[in-house]
Amino acid sequence: MNQNVKQKINEVIKDNQVCLFMKGTSDVPQCGFSMAVSNVLKHLEVNFKGINVLEDPELREGIKLYSDWPTIPQLYINGEFIGGCDIVKEMFEKGTLQKKLIENKIKYKENS
Amino acid sequence: MTIKIEELKNLIKESIPDAEINIQDLAGDNNHYSATIKSKLFKGKSKIEQHKLVYSALKGKMGNELHALSLNTIEN
Repeated sequence: MNQNVKQKINEVIKDNQVCLFMKGTSDVPQCGFSMAVSNVLKHLEVNFKGINVLEDPELREGIKLYSDWPTIPQLYINGEFIGGCDIVKEMFEKGTLQKKLIENKIKYKENS
Repeated sequence: MTIKIEELKNLIKESIPDAEINIQDLAGDNNHYSATIKSKLFKGKSKIEQHKLVYSALKGKMGNELHALSLNTIEN
């Protein structure tokens, strides 16, 4: 893949503990799957960096190669690829996402 | 660009022969699906690895011909 794009992804992931590569923004998501993951993070009141891949075609293709994962959204915690919409939702429901946040010392709010 | 349920099932079966597959066409447009797939091949693998197995079975169709496939993989 393009080394500039790779570099850019490396930097974003390094500078932000929780990164969500998504279509649209967390305020105005452009895809239901991106909205679902964004809503999980909002629900947990996790501070995260949303990156709108629709603004950058190189990034949109690059992130798929970076993680060897064909779809967007993609969630990263401390540089680790966590998964897409299905995995994140399942982890949230099982509580393993919350566990992951605790392991990474990331603050979140435990809602009922 | 769309793909039929049978075609999806056949692709998955080629790579994951023991798969028990249940696919729903969410929007009735041959383009938004939800699949539950049960296989012994998922044993001991992380969710990411399990989903990657399915994506690779679809041979690059995911994100192209196939816009949306919600996946639920289960170890058999």
